[in-house]
Amino acid sequence: MALPVYASPAQRVWHYFFFILCTAIFIYLLVPIFVIMPLSFNSEPYFSYPMEGYSLRWYEEFFTSDQWLLGLKNSIIIGFFATILATTLGTLAALGLNRADFRGKPVVMAVLISPIVIPIVITAAGMFYFYASIGLSSTMPGLVLAHATLGVPFVVITVSATLVGFDHNLVRAGSSLGANQTRVFFKVTLPIILPGVVSGALFAFITSWDELVVAIFLAGAEQHTLPRRMWSGIREMLSPTITAVATMLILFSIVLMVTMELLRRRTERLRGIRN
Amino acid sequence: MSATADPTQPTFLSGTNTLKSRLRRADRKRKLWALALIAPMFIFLVVGFIIPIASLLKLSVEDLEVGEALPRTVEAFDAWDGEGFPPPEALEIFAEELVVADANKTLGSATRRLNYAFSGFKSMLKKTGREAEEKLVGVPSDQILDAFIAIDKDWAKPGYWLAIKDAVGPLSDFYFLWAVDRVRDEAGDIVSRPSDQSIYLDVLGRTLEISIAVTAICFLLGLPIAYLLATLPPSKSNLLLILVLLPFWTSLLVRTTAWIVLLQNQGLINDLGILLGFWDEPLELIRNRIGVYIAMVHIQLPFMILPIYAVMKGINPWHMRAAESLGAHRWLAFLKVYLPQCLPGIGAGILLCFILSLGYYITPALVGGPQDQMISFWIVENMGRVLNWGLAAALSVILLGITLIFFFIYNRFVGFDKLRMG
Repeated sequence: MALPVYASPAQRVWHYFFFILCTAIFIYLLVPIFVIMPLSFNSEPYFSYPMEGYSLRWYEEFFTSDQWLLGLKNSIIIGFFATILATTLGTLAALGLNRADFRGKPVVMAVLISPIVIPIVITAAGMFYFYASIGLSSTMPGLVLAHATLGVPFVVITVSATLVGFDHNLVRAGSSLGANQTRVFFKVTLPIILPGVVSGALFAFITSWDELVVAIFLAGAEQHTLPRRMWSGIREMLSPTITAVATMLILFSIVLMVTMELLRRRTERLRGIRN
Repeated sequence: MSATADPTQPTFLSGTNTLKSRLRRADRKRKLWALALIAPMFIFLVVGFIIPIASLLKLSVEDLEVGEALPRTVEAFDAWDGEGFPPPEALEIFAEELVVADANKTLGSATRRLNYAFSGFKSMLKKTGREAEEKLVGVPSDQILDAFIAIDKDWAKPGYWLAIKDAVGPLSDFYFLWAVDRVRDEAGDIVSRPSDQSIYLDVLGRTLEISIAVTAICFLLGLPIAYLLATLPPSKSNLLLILVLLPFWTSLLVRTTAWIVLLQNQGLINDLGILLGFWDEPLELIRNRIGVYIAMVHIQLPFMILPIYAVMKGINPWHMRAAESLGAHRWLAFLKVYLPQCLPGIGAGILLCFILSLGYYITPALVGGPQDQMISFWIVENMGRVLNWGLAAALSVILLGITLIFFFIYNRFVGFDKLRMG
């Protein structure tokens, strides 16, 4: 994008205009994230700058509040089990989809991506109606199942992407050396696709971790997750504790994002060596 | 697995058929294995996802409440041709069943359903139910209508009787008509609902309007960023890409919260604007359409940037130089050479952005005012607070229908395997 030496005045004007425009858009993209983080260290319960002083009182409030801690605990438990369920089902399905073409494949694919496509409110309302009729609403297993449903497609997509370059001769080699199917899977296939499986699992976890609408419908007060608790907090009164929670969630997202990027690079590097 | 036999090697061929059948068997085994691996996920999604949604959507055409509370009345009213008033026999059955339903307290959902037809029906029906045993049972059949009217004078209006006939079920277009602000009048014709109940066409129009506006703004802001990312050297563009992905990875609720903090009257933007002298009074930036656009575009922008960037990255920069060297102005070269090559990415970005915007609930609920709520909000309202599940289901069918139409187009031109979120 460097301006050539022979650029005309009009080109120069356009160049600087374009530069300013892009800077403004990046500020727009990043401002909310970088404004809310310092506010969580404000010693006063206001949302404005300049801040009078710094303190950790809002973090202290979070870690001493039973309601917030319950939310945190529920989010971790639900996220953990939903991730295990989604990753197991999704990885097996991706292996199956990679193995063979069969007649019902479009149907399977349509069902598979429907949780991504169908508006979340419809999903949540449907689950609310159905789970109530089988006694699963306002229960932890209900939320785990619901969140696993939303995470499965991401696992299948991520693992399938890893399988695209998978060399099936490696499986044949393992079999020809006498290993049975299970052993080949754990000793050959899984180590190779592991980065994809881990990325998929992270995807499934963050889907559950950030999910709010299903939690609004399905969670009773005892199952409130962190986002659900935030939602009540924002609607009642916007307290600075929420900015502390938001800051922790942002940092958590950054950690997950960096992990996934490193995994992706590792996969690419491994592929590069093999090619 | 042993399917790769060399046909020039006769040793393995004790006859073509054997090899063929062995190949087929191996192939079938492989397919069975594949199906066995897919089955758990498939069953899980069908039971945990498809069936719940289907059972909800089914409510949009079901009309069972009155039939469950008053089964024989429904039969009798179904037989009535709808002219004038129901025959006395039907009225007698209705009176008898009202007594039973009132005693068993099973009238609740039926009264709620009938109240949808006329507000005030609920209290009228409850009152009639309470007094039925005393004032209706045993009344001679030529006086029974007058007995009803004696309890509540509204029974003299044929419309109320027709509303019961309209609710006999089991299937009905009642909720779909409601979702487009229509109702059947006394003659059975489809007419507009009274204006104080006509909100859903507005809501639908507003949903489309907000989605289109958000998509358009995202396109205008996303195109320069995608172009910048695609034309910068990789070391710089990778850094900027992380700046795009950072908000993308932050949860929607957190970002919406941040916008509330920024946009409110004592928020940072108003403070800054007043401090710099751009405006004197705090601007209303929240609880209105401006807030919805600012927050929604912020959340949707990466969905526009990423697909366009992915396509632009693959465009050879020499094409532009070739066009310019042939005498085209920069802009002409951009429009005629560069932009057409970006169309797949632009199409994907616009469709994805639009499809995702249609279903927004959280952000408008938090930063919008009453006039900025989209169709999802009304599904939640009817599901939760109002408990009108039939209407919620009908609205869901409409939202789902629109979404699927555009997704079908997306799938046709882009392919859902490109639906990689990040």
